[in-house]
Amino acid sequence: MTQKTGKLKFIGKQAVRMAVLLFLASVFAFALLTVSPVDPLQTNVGQTALGSMSPEQIEKLKAYWGAGVPPVKRYLSWAAAFIRGDMGISLLYRRPVAAVIAEKLANSALLLFSAWLISGALGFLMGILAGKRRGGLADRIVTGVSLVIAGTPAFWIGMVFLMIFAVQLKLFPIGLSVPIGVAADEVTLADRLYHAVLPAAALSVTGISQIALHTREKMIEVMESDYVLFARARGESETAVILRHGLRNILLPAMTLQLSSVSEIIGGSVLIEQVFSYPGLGQAAVTAGLGADVPLLLGITVITAAIVFLGNMTANILYGVVDPRIREGAMRG
Amino acid sequence: MSTDRAFWKDRRFRMLALAAAAAAFLLAVTVLGSVWHDAALETDFSRKNLAPCLKYPFGTDWMGRDMFARTVAGLSLSIRLGILTACVSAAIAFVLGLSAAVMGRFADGAVTMMIDLVMGIPHILLLVLISYACGKGFKGVVIGVSLTHWASLARLIRGEVLQLKASPYVKIAEKLGKGKLYIAFRHMAPNLFPQFITGLILLFPHAILHEASVTFLGFGLSPEQPAIGVILSESMNHLAMGRWWLALFPGLFLVASVLLFHYIGQTVCRLIDPGSVHE
Repeated sequence: MTQKTGKLKFIGKQAVRMAVLLFLASVFAFALLTVSPVDPLQTNVGQTALGSMSPEQIEKLKAYWGAGVPPVKRYLSWAAAFIRGDMGISLLYRRPVAAVIAEKLANSALLLFSAWLISGALGFLMGILAGKRRGGLADRIVTGVSLVIAGTPAFWIGMVFLMIFAVQLKLFPIGLSVPIGVAADEVTLADRLYHAVLPAAALSVTGISQIALHTREKMIEVMESDYVLFARARGESETAVILRHGLRNILLPAMTLQLSSVSEIIGGSVLIEQVFSYPGLGQAAVTAGLGADVPLLLGITVITAAIVFLGNMTANILYGVVDPRIREGAMRG
Repeated sequence: MSTDRAFWKDRRFRMLALAAAAAAFLLAVTVLGSVWHDAALETDFSRKNLAPCLKYPFGTDWMGRDMFARTVAGLSLSIRLGILTACVSAAIAFVLGLSAAVMGRFADGAVTMMIDLVMGIPHILLLVLISYACGKGFKGVVIGVSLTHWASLARLIRGEVLQLKASPYVKIAEKLGKGKLYIAFRHMAPNLFPQFITGLILLFPHAILHEASVTFLGFGLSPEQPAIGVILSESMNHLAMGRWWLALFPGLFLVASVLLFHYIGQTVCRLIDPGSVHE
């Protein structure tokens, strides 16, 4: 087998794996939503309204909320439509799920992407600083800070930011993604950015700890290796050792780490968006869950899972393409 | 050498004492909180919206409830839930991790797939889904948190078992004709024990945080319960009015207990498996 076909085969295998995982995730999510005893009629129409309705009206409503069709049949028709890009109609927004998700995702994108980059960069820097010398002052500070962040619920970080910067110092708005009382087409980009600063900052902070702690571990491993010892013995300066040997050897694990932190950022955004009433994907998920909007919740779950799996797959492929040992191991394993 | 040993002994003792103190504090909160359950619900409109003072160190809320009692009661509930769910999760992780590595390739593939699946859906979204599947409320949180925290520990145990499988004494036991179950429980389980205990204790903080988060979103414990998530989500409505104490103290208390759990976990890890510190 030539090297090239080996690489292609590896990538193909990863893609198949991702497709299978995505399929399983959708089945799993569908099953969970199906077994739920939550009655969408009770939740959204209310007992009193139901009581005053004629049986025909109730039947009609039941059909609207999809009660009474066998689950396997429902899943198959949902999956067939999903592949064609039709995710059904959101029951709460009364619009196609795909359109709702596209709109919310566009709102969240700025938040997610900036937090993803900032937390990655900061965590990476902190990890290198800490791992440079195990047990040093920088190490103790970074480890301590990371542990405290990891032990703090994401939504509470958001609330503290809100209390300090919005309520006490009045530097930033308290919530939403656009100013209140301004027509949609008059909202400027500056307005949007201004409203995104605080939630993005809070979300970035929540993502730092994992990256910093893992980078630190890798850095320590490298700095205690024989080749670093040898480089030092040759008289290389500490900066040269870090740049030439440290950075090069942890770039790959750091990239994997960064790509697999997508899941955490999306999870954190659900909480942060709730705190800042930011109309993004996370808030839509919560609204859908509380309002028994099954098509929307299902759509959001599958889409976010797809984003996460895509990140993981990219990480695996990067690793495999760059490092032949991983590829060989995966072929055999 | 003798002074070295005395120092080590002393440090061991010191670590143990500190961990015991942390555990005692958490136990006190747990017990006190369950005793104060009713005090936490008591409303008194003659003392509403008080800022923190000597009598009410955490202040009172808009219904005149003592925030200190509410916080302790909420934490107590969180800790009890955390212990229950972490134990269930750890048990699942142990069984799956062990069977993945012992029962052959098919089981291994299936378990790895399950781990990837659980870790692939963002955790909080998974909790929302399971909570929804269970009809929300208390049951939803317990089942949700129990069923979603095993993945990382299972992965750890699986890795460890794979390593053990390649070790000489397991190979010899295989050659001697010992059964797979015999090897799993006689040879592997004792080796996994330190990892398992540490993993179990380190699951508590995660479980507690996720319980609070999912309750905060409105999927968890019902609003009548004095839960930390409920307290914090209610305080959201009063943040803009400058009633910072409603959110600050309960949150700090939560973070403190999570960190204490983490500290206990790390200390136990160092005490029962001193070699791991140098890895």
